[in-house]
Amino acid sequence: MQVLIANHGAYLSGIATTLWLCLYSGVLTLVVGTVIAGFRVSPLTPLRAFGTAWVTVFRNCPLVVVLFFMAFALPVLGLNASYFVFGTVGLALYTSAFVCEAIRSGINSVPAGQAEAARSIGLGFTQTLGLVILPQAVRSIIPPLGSVLIAMIKNSAIAGAFGVGGDLYMTGTRLSSAQGEAVVPVLIGVALGYLIITIPAGLLLGYVERKVAIAR
Amino acid sequence: MRTGKPTVAALAAVTGLLLTACGGGGGSTEDSKEFTAPVAENPSFEEGTTMAHLAEQGTITVGTKYDQPLFALKGLDGEMRGFDVAIAEIIAGRLGIPADRINWQETPSKDREKYIRDGTVDMVVATYTINDKRDERVDFAGPYYQAGQDLMVRADNESITGPESLRDSDAEVCSAHGSTPSERIREYVDNSRLVLFDSYSKCADALSNGQVQAVTTDDAILMGLVSESDNEFKVVGETFSEEPYGVGILEGDVDFCEFVNKSLRIAAKEGTYQQAWNATAGRVSDRTPELPELRSCS
Repeated sequence: MQVLIANHGAYLSGIATTLWLCLYSGVLTLVVGTVIAGFRVSPLTPLRAFGTAWVTVFRNCPLVVVLFFMAFALPVLGLNASYFVFGTVGLALYTSAFVCEAIRSGINSVPAGQAEAARSIGLGFTQTLGLVILPQAVRSIIPPLGSVLIAMIKNSAIAGAFGVGGDLYMTGTRLSSAQGEAVVPVLIGVALGYLIITIPAGLLLGYVERKVAIAR
Repeated sequence: MRTGKPTVAALAAVTGLLLTACGGGGGSTEDSKEFTAPVAENPSFEEGTTMAHLAEQGTITVGTKYDQPLFALKGLDGEMRGFDVAIAEIIAGRLGIPADRINWQETPSKDREKYIRDGTVDMVVATYTINDKRDERVDFAGPYYQAGQDLMVRADNESITGPESLRDSDAEVCSAHGSTPSERIREYVDNSRLVLFDSYSKCADALSNGQVQAVTTDDAILMGLVSESDNEFKVVGETFSEEPYGVGILEGDVDFCEFVNKSLRIAAKEGTYQQAWNATAGRVSDRTPELPELRSCS
């Protein structure tokens, strides 16, 4: 455990990088996922088709391929950004397919009468969805959404292989390889680092779940 | 569009991430194998030593890189070429093992200590810098070459002239995970400007695409990348570190270490060391290195 104490600075900076990566990705993926879920239940066929295609592509492509495309193919096509941005966006796009499906299942769980009532008092599709359906849907989807987001935090380790400097997992690689520390204690430190992020995230989700829970 | 090479490297890199088998860059086909190490006939070794074991077995597993032009590159024909390869062949030759009986094991920077310690390889010859931390976990014979860290930039870049010029710029610098150069460059650039991949061929792609402005590692490796880049890249300034390349072996195997050192000394005396250099890295370098002073094994 000497390794953890001696290198706590490196670990903390690794945790910070992973945390930022996941915060940006998390916000982006929730927004994109919600929009795509809206597309998938929209009355407009082209939007529904787009939503379905989006989910099909990003849910079925391995994350490695998505990130690889971001980091190596986009620059060749003339689109340049930092690897951190590529990593964040790639992770968010990939996760958005799962977020979308979680939200859509929530939308489907809201009784049809709610939408009919909203339409009958003159609300449009966007208003019905935004003001009536989603607020009720969100309450039932916190647990699956939480699992998706925690999976995203762990998936962020893959972004480290695509040039995102110094995330938690790559900090482990750095310590064990460049600085020659023993592998097992270093990786235990990495695992602890992820737990430091994911356990509070789980607790926070539990808190939110209790706050928004309704008795039906 | 410059699609050819990045695409090949790209495909290889996906595989590389999944299988840690990665070979970007492709092989230069124009050079047939010009160096052949002499093979000792029926060498005898003391019972129980690593040498006796390997000689009897008639084969040796050598960990090296597959994507390091001039030092260790696996060509598209499956043939290994480079100075590291030649050094390994010289050592194997002293054991009576011809080059075609060597098992090559791809060993990226981050796996070198692990492969030596768990017995995946008998020795590592992979642009492997000797340093104290590593010396605690494995032993080093050699050094067989004295390299130094340098920077590679695009040929039209005038603003980056050395490590100091990176301090006040916002240039991003690429290097390999877990390598010594990636640690040393942290004196000049902070974490957020450091881009790390598992191989230098990806760094070269990133430099070519303009994602990073400089690639840093040992001059020997950079020379190889420059030689493959069609004058797109250049190496700047003077080296700013000393990187003695050693042969990584199992900790505590003093006999084997001394045997490797002896092999290197004999190769330097007989001229095979120089031939090995001239047939590999010497093709793009004007100088022929002397064998550096060897470390003591105990």
